[in-house]
Parts: sequence; structure tokens; C-alpha cells
Amino acid sequence: MDGVKINLKVNGQDISREVDARLLLSDFIRENLLLTGTHIGCEHGVCGACTIHVNGDPVRSCLMLAVQADGCEVKTVESLIQENGDLNHLQQAFSDNHALQCGFCTPGFLMTVSSFLEENSNPCEAEIRKCISGNLCRCTGYSNIIKAVKQAAQTVSN
Amino acid sequence: MIPLLNMRLSTPKYIIDIGRVGGLSYIHADGESLVIGALTKHRDIEKSKLVKEKCPLLSEAIRWVGHEQIRNRGTVGGSIAHGDPSAELPCVLTALRGEIVLADENGEEIVSPEEFFLTYMLTSLQPDQLVKEIRFPIIKPASGSAFVEVARRHGDFGLVEVAAVVDLSEEGSFSEVKLAIGGVNSIPTALEDVERLLFGKEPNEELFKKASDLTMELVEPESDLHGTAEYRRELSGTMVIRALKKATIRAQGGRVM
Ligand SMILES: Cc1cc2nc3c(=O)[nH]c(=O)nc-3n(C[C@H](O)[C@H](O)[C@H](O)COP(=O)(O)OP(=O)(O)OC[C@H]3O[C@@H](n4cnc5c(N)ncnc54)[C@H](O)[C@@H]3O)c2cc1C
Ligand code: FES
Ligand code: FES
Repeated sequence: MDGVKINLKVNGQDISREVDARLLLSDFIRENLLLTGTHIGCEHGVCGACTIHVNGDPVRSCLMLAVQADGCEVKTVESLIQENGDLNHLQQAFSDNHALQCGFCTPGFLMTVSSFLEENSNPCEAEIRKCISGNLCRCTGYSNIIKAVKQAAQTVSN
Repeated sequence: MIPLLNMRLSTPKYIIDIGRVGGLSYIHADGESLVIGALTKHRDIEKSKLVKEKCPLLSEAIRWVGHEQIRNRGTVGGSIAHGDPSAELPCVLTALRGEIVLADENGEEIVSPEEFFLTYMLTSLQPDQLVKEIRFPIIKPASGSAFVEVARRHGDFGLVEVAAVVDLSEEGSFSEVKLAIGGVNSIPTALEDVERLLFGKEPNEELFKKASDLTMELVEPESDLHGTAEYRRELSGTMVIRALKKATIRAQGGRVM
């Protein structure tokens, strides 16, 4: 199959590649760009592990073709780390609160929550629960994730 | 559609991405209808003040469509064309007796939800036709509307959902009732017999119970992994009562969560 040329911005960097039209954005990110922080769980939009930002909004990268991201600004979990290599406040809050065990779901949670916190600086628990309802975690039981989100929100408002 | 491709349930030779076709993403009020372009994202409807004002039923229903990450990408045209019998937007459109505008190279055609939805995931859409816009009739400020749903988890497809719009006369009896149910039949279904039963009568527990019993007779649910046919039938009756009560209270000027 002929390749299709796409140009996009990923974590601030301009990228230009030729891809198969059938390639999923999630596979493009992992296999072509080698950004393996984005995880793939279910590949049908349910688990949330593959959540990334496209033009600022959280979306499922397993439900988009790479060609559909042409001209878009994409952010993956790798964009969160601080310039000096330290975890950012949200990642730190996940670490402090044991909000991850195996860590498979974590990149999806981080991307979902980071855009949520930009719009909701002081969320209540119900809002946090609603925010993460589209992400599945098989290990933590969610309570610690909720604690982490609260801590991250407080860090920002301080 | 991508889940279907990923699970290899569908293996089309060609896919046409209409995501970049200009001018198909809009929401405006036009006479009696709220007109929404096929490429309008669920998220835009959820955030729209115009939708909230002119068609609160739609604002209430759209929150039940998947999760935020799904609504950021999903479109109105896609939800209608997909023809899922438990999808929220087709149920709302059916209750309101809205219209679907189809377009092909020869022009446009307007069809009713009844003509459009044929059975599970099958619509009257021809290979060369596109859903261009959806027209949701505007709900009068004095009417009360409600959308209720039960799903296994919020964001899952609904087991049963009911959309209701009611008007009350000065004496307090039903002067108009629009009611549709989704998730139980092979297509979203207007409950016309129940609407007729309610028409002209005063809302009370006994009447709601009758509406509920009739609904349970009318629906033809099937069993699946998520619930048995009997459960869905019972639930249909319960949900009709909930929707009617909520809509009636709103029409009486009350507030309900
Ligand atoms: C985890 C998850 C949960 C979900 N939960 C819900 C839910 O609770 N309720 C619900 O309603 N939906 C739900 N969905 C489905 C979601 O709403 C999709 O957005 C919807 O199926 C339409 O997707 P789309 O607009 O991207 O269209 P696509 O997936 O691109 O298209 C769907 C179908 O419609 C056709 N099509 C699309 N647009 C047009 C057009 N303008 N003209 C003609 N044909 C067209 C396509 O060819 C395809 O066959 C869920 C999806 C996921 C992944
Ligand atoms: S892998 Fe995309 S949502 Fe599960
Ligand atoms: S930490 Fe293992 S799935 Fe969430």
C-alpha cells in the first residue's frame, strides 16, 4: 500500500513521516516514534490506557488513524516530565499516593487528569470520579488515584 | 467504527474520512428546529448554551454518550448513521419526531427516524449517501422533558433509556406527550400507544403505573451478556415511570436532579 505523508507536532516537535493509511495513531506513536509511554489495552476505546491529547483535548489514540492526526498537535505522557528530568506535580502526586501498582493504566490516567485539572482547579471528589470514569485500573481500586488527583490540584492552587 | 475495524468485525476496502469536510459542523436554531451539522462533535453539543435552551432533552442525553474522551471525537452524524439501538441521540430524535437530512450527488432528502432506522446497526443509508444534518424539534419553554438511562457503568451503552417530553393544559392534564425508548428493541421506538393512553389525562401514580404496564407489553427485548430479556422488560416499565415523573415535575415548574 502506498504511504501517506503526514505532518504533525508531537510533544512540541515537528514530525514528518510517511505512514500506511490503515495505521492506528496509537501504533504510530509507539512503533514509529518509539514513544512507548502510551499503552494499548483494549483497542476499542474502553480502557483509556491509550489516552493522549490531540489539539488540547483528551482522546483515545486507539480510535484514531495516524493520518487523521495530520496537522494536529499531539501530546503524550512523555510531555509531562519537567525539563530537568523531575516528575511534574501530577506524576509526583501519583507516586506519593501509591496511585499506581503495575503502572499499565497510569499514562492514560495522567493524560486524562492533566487536561481535567487545567479546566478544574479545585475539583470535588464527585468531579474527580467522573473525570476518571473513562479509565480502567485493575490494581489500585481507584481510591489512591483520587487522593493523588486531590494532591495535584492542591499543589497547583498553592 | 474504529472499534469494529480493530476487532476485525468489519474489513472495508476503502474508508473515506469526512472529518475535514468544511461547513458540516454547526448548531443553529431555524424556525421550529435546532439544526445540527453531521460533523458537530458530541462535546460541542454538551457545551452549547443554545442546545440547553432550545432542546434541554438533548443536553441531558448527550452526557450519557461514552466518556469525555469519546465525546471529544464522536460526531452527531456518526451516532445517527451507526444505528445502534441503544444509542442516546437516535432515541432523543425518535421521541421528538425529528428529521435526518441525507445528501448525495443529486441533492438532498429528508427522512424520519422511523424511515431511517431499519434494525440493529442498519439504516436506510445508501452507499453514496451522507448524513448532512439532523433537525431536532425545539422544545417549548413550558414543556417538561427528561432523559433517563440505566447502564452497567456510566459511559457504557445503555441497557434501557427513555426520552420524554410532556405538555400540561391549564387544568393540569397532559395536552401532549412524546415518549421513546432505546436499548430494548432493534431500533429506538416511539411509544405511540402509551402516548395515546396518557393524552388528556391527569398525571398521577395510577396513570403512570398503567403507562408502565403497557410499555412492558409493547417492548420486545432480547437477552444478552448484560441483562436478560425479563430484566430489560421490567426496567423498561420502571424507566418510563421515572421519565414521565421527571418530565411532569419540570412541566409543573419544579426542579429535579
Ligand atoms: C468506549 C465507548 C463508549 C461509547 N459509548 C457510547 C454511548 O454510551 N452512547 C452512544 O451513543 N455512543 C457511544 N459510543 C459510540 C460513539 O458515540 C461514537 O462516537 C459513535 O459511534 C459515532 O462515531 P463517529 O462520529 O466517530 O463516527 P464513525 O465511527 O466514524 O462512524 C460510524 C459509522 O457511521 C458512518 N458515518 C459517520 N458519519 C457519517 C455521515 N455523516 N454520513 C453517513 N455515514 C456516516 C460511518 O461510515 C460508520 O459506519 C461509544 C464508543 C466507545 C468507543
Ligand atoms: S487501548 Fe485505547 S482505550 Fe483501551
Ligand atoms: S496500576 Fe495496574 S492497572 Fe492501574
